[in-house]
Amino acid sequence: MKIVTVRRISQIFFFTLFVWFCIVATFGDRLWQLRNWPVNLFLGLDPLVAIGTLLTTHTLYAPLLLGLVTVILTIIFGRFFCGWVCPFGSIHHLVGYLGSRKKTAVQKIKQNKYRKAQSIKYFILIFFLFAAAFPSLNATLQTGLLDPIPLITRSFNLVLLPIVDEPLAAVSVTQRFYELAWLFFAFFLTVVLLNLVIPRFYCRFICPLGALFGIISRFAIWRIGKNTRTCSNCKFCEQNCEGGCEPGSEIKISECLLCFNCRQDCKTKDNVIRYQIQKSLAGEVTDPDISRRGFVLSLASGVLAVPAVRLAGKINTNWYHKLIRPPGSLAEPEFLKRCIKCGQCMRVCPTNVLQPAGIAGGLEGLWTPVLNNKIGTSGCQLNCIACSQVCPTAAIRPITLDEKLGQGKFSDKGPIKLGTAFVDKNRCLVRAFDIPCIVCEENCPVSPKAIYTVDEFKTVRDGILTVKKVIGNTIETVENNLILDKFATGDYYCIFEGCKLGKIIANTENTIKISTKYKPEKIPTEGSKIEIQVRLQHPYVDIERCIGCGVCEHECPVSGKKAIRVSAEGETRSTDRRLLL
Amino acid sequence: MSQQNKHNLSRRKFIARAVKAGLSIAAAGLLAKAFYDKNGPSAQPDKELVTLPDFSVPSVQGQTISIVKGADRVKTVDKAIELLGGIERFVKSGDIVVIKPNVAFASVPGLGATTNPPLVAEVVRLCYNRGDAKQVYVTDNPINEPAGCFTISGIGKAATEAGAKIILPRDSLFKPVTLKGGKLIKNWPVFCGPLMKADKLIGIAPVKNHSRAGASMTMKNFYGLLGGRRNIFHQDINTIIAELVMLVKPTLVILDGTESMVTNGPTGGSFSDLKRTDTIIASCDPVAADAFGCSLLELKTNDLPYLAKAQAADAGTVDYDSLKPLNAIIS
Repeated sequence: MKIVTVRRISQIFFFTLFVWFCIVATFGDRLWQLRNWPVNLFLGLDPLVAIGTLLTTHTLYAPLLLGLVTVILTIIFGRFFCGWVCPFGSIHHLVGYLGSRKKTAVQKIKQNKYRKAQSIKYFILIFFLFAAAFPSLNATLQTGLLDPIPLITRSFNLVLLPIVDEPLAAVSVTQRFYELAWLFFAFFLTVVLLNLVIPRFYCRFICPLGALFGIISRFAIWRIGKNTRTCSNCKFCEQNCEGGCEPGSEIKISECLLCFNCRQDCKTKDNVIRYQIQKSLAGEVTDPDISRRGFVLSLASGVLAVPAVRLAGKINTNWYHKLIRPPGSLAEPEFLKRCIKCGQCMRVCPTNVLQPAGIAGGLEGLWTPVLNNKIGTSGCQLNCIACSQVCPTAAIRPITLDEKLGQGKFSDKGPIKLGTAFVDKNRCLVRAFDIPCIVCEENCPVSPKAIYTVDEFKTVRDGILTVKKVIGNTIETVENNLILDKFATGDYYCIFEGCKLGKIIANTENTIKISTKYKPEKIPTEGSKIEIQVRLQHPYVDIERCIGCGVCEHECPVSGKKAIRVSAEGETRSTDRRLLL
Repeated sequence: MSQQNKHNLSRRKFIARAVKAGLSIAAAGLLAKAFYDKNGPSAQPDKELVTLPDFSVPSVQGQTISIVKGADRVKTVDKAIELLGGIERFVKSGDIVVIKPNVAFASVPGLGATTNPPLVAEVVRLCYNRGDAKQVYVTDNPINEPAGCFTISGIGKAATEAGAKIILPRDSLFKPVTLKGGKLIKNWPVFCGPLMKADKLIGIAPVKNHSRAGASMTMKNFYGLLGGRRNIFHQDINTIIAELVMLVKPTLVILDGTESMVTNGPTGGSFSDLKRTDTIIASCDPVAADAFGCSLLELKTNDLPYLAKAQAADAGTVDYDSLKPLNAIIS
């Protein structure tokens, strides 16, 4: 079998595997759902995740050790990951191929020649790594913005899958929503379409993971090169070169993706192009083209970027109250050292409440997970820890259900609070408009409930009426403009001289019928006044019991700006945002 | 002359072009006429309204409600249904049966916020084995995430193992419904999909405390058939519950008071919210079942205004004693 055929099989295999893992990252216990499928395999194989978190936290989180495998294989073989494994690379490969089909050999050779701008990706990598490493107290991990594996993971899981699945309802019964998904999609689409201009545009110019492989592949034991002098210098080997590494002349080893198209396209009988241990007879450049000036500039920008962004004070007193992190999340500075914006937590969240954040919580927090209780089926579900189990970097620490609920050996610590619910008295139907409701209290999942009610009997507007006569349990009034059965909902009572006559069970425009349950101590006489009062159950939040799950906010019938809203004050993960002593 | 002819159209070509232009103009005009809308959109576009089938079976004097005491739900429900004439009275050979348990919350089985899974499974088995049903569906439109509710409540697994199919709510299964004589259910989305193709409907609900409605039992259980932003009905909870039993005429309801949620309802969340009351009620009349259920929560029927409202609308009987309940005790 030809080596390019093997490469294509490998690409199709890994791409299919990647898509399969996207599908099975679904909460549930069926075969195609999240059981023990290694849905983080590609994120684990991505050494930029491992190196990034290593630089910020000075630890290597166990599941990320897998990245070492990729590093070792790259040191031996070169950038095989880009050409053979990377699912994002395979998309670029395919689209680039489709876009170049009708081009002549000369045009193709021209578009695949090495460009100076290919060194930009190294500067991007250096920028991110120094932002992660240097300001050790204020380090931030931003590799996820451009790291191809988190990028394609969130683009597939949070954009393509919901779009494809919406009419099918195969993966999710209810439609999934993701705020800011359009931004992923715009970015994803742009870089994919750039392949029509230059194939593997992203891989050549932007990809920080490719840059990392480019740097470590300088030691590669085997590399592509010419091995005989019979070469006619026809440059046909460069017409389909994926990396733009110029195998026909002095090959740039750090740019070579091991696509083997050069070997395939070589027209000579004795295969001038080989994958070999010897240096290419035409010469080779092993080091990436990183100028000293470029290195210093990107280093300095990386080091300065973090303190510059932090001037906004978003992890200090100016923190954003709607930045409600999922249960198990580390305190904000530690969280930002680990989150790679892959979106796995948002993908697995069964209620769809986890959303990619915008920049309101700080520029660094872009696309990190936050709860948006207006989206999804019902806040953060009490008996669920899926996001913490799936997080590849432990930005959301793997917690147990006992820890989340504060049970068992965690009973002295109490449940994990995501924030606190606040009743907006100006919007609450009960508090602001005297309309009975308390949906929030009903849905509070905590036992005893964190939302409780306090009864108030309140005279309704124009609710003082003059008695005309009393027949049995029906009172006829002088006023004759009552709305039919308005007071018959079971929430209204008839009061006479401070004494409750009974619950109103029916009314016409001039009569009020009272439940016979209450034996009235006094019977109103003709011309006396009666009052109509409504029984209101005012909702109150018990701040010590509220866990900030947001179910109340989700269910609140005031559907625009909710009348009960969770904000992050009181969250367990940070001591400086607590409310209670 | 000949010079000009080079640039001028021949007559034939001019006519052809004129005909094409004319046809294009006619087509544009016809299209405009076909889609012409003189009045613009009306304020609220009319929707096709659906009428729910009546699932009730002919009443039999003295066999409307049965109350069985005992701790084992499977045995008590068997006995309760047997007293009413057996499942054969309700489910005929080849029937499609929809069972509506309470699956409102993603809450584990023991906590009583949702219907007991073995109880659902037993009724499914009765429908298949004794009633010879063709297909049994188990469905609800939960408050929490639907798939998760069916999984975590244990109802999904129990029902599936007993041979039933789960129907999860999705937009296409909801149709706007207007209740004749109703005040609230007007052009409101109802989870009709599973009901439209069914012959029989059985509601199975636990006994739960509910601070807005007083109690959540077999009548409140049908709240789970409402779609849309149904929470707004909490403003008039008694009327909506009464209207639900005017709208939905079940074949049979089963009220599970083996363990009653006496505090912190309807979500519960702690075993201390439950109290053993060891009773199962089977009834053709949801109002009568709930009226009896009041006693398990130490409430009076007057505490639940929706009971009287439902009775006033002729949807059932509050005074269950007048129906001569059939009693049994299973030790």
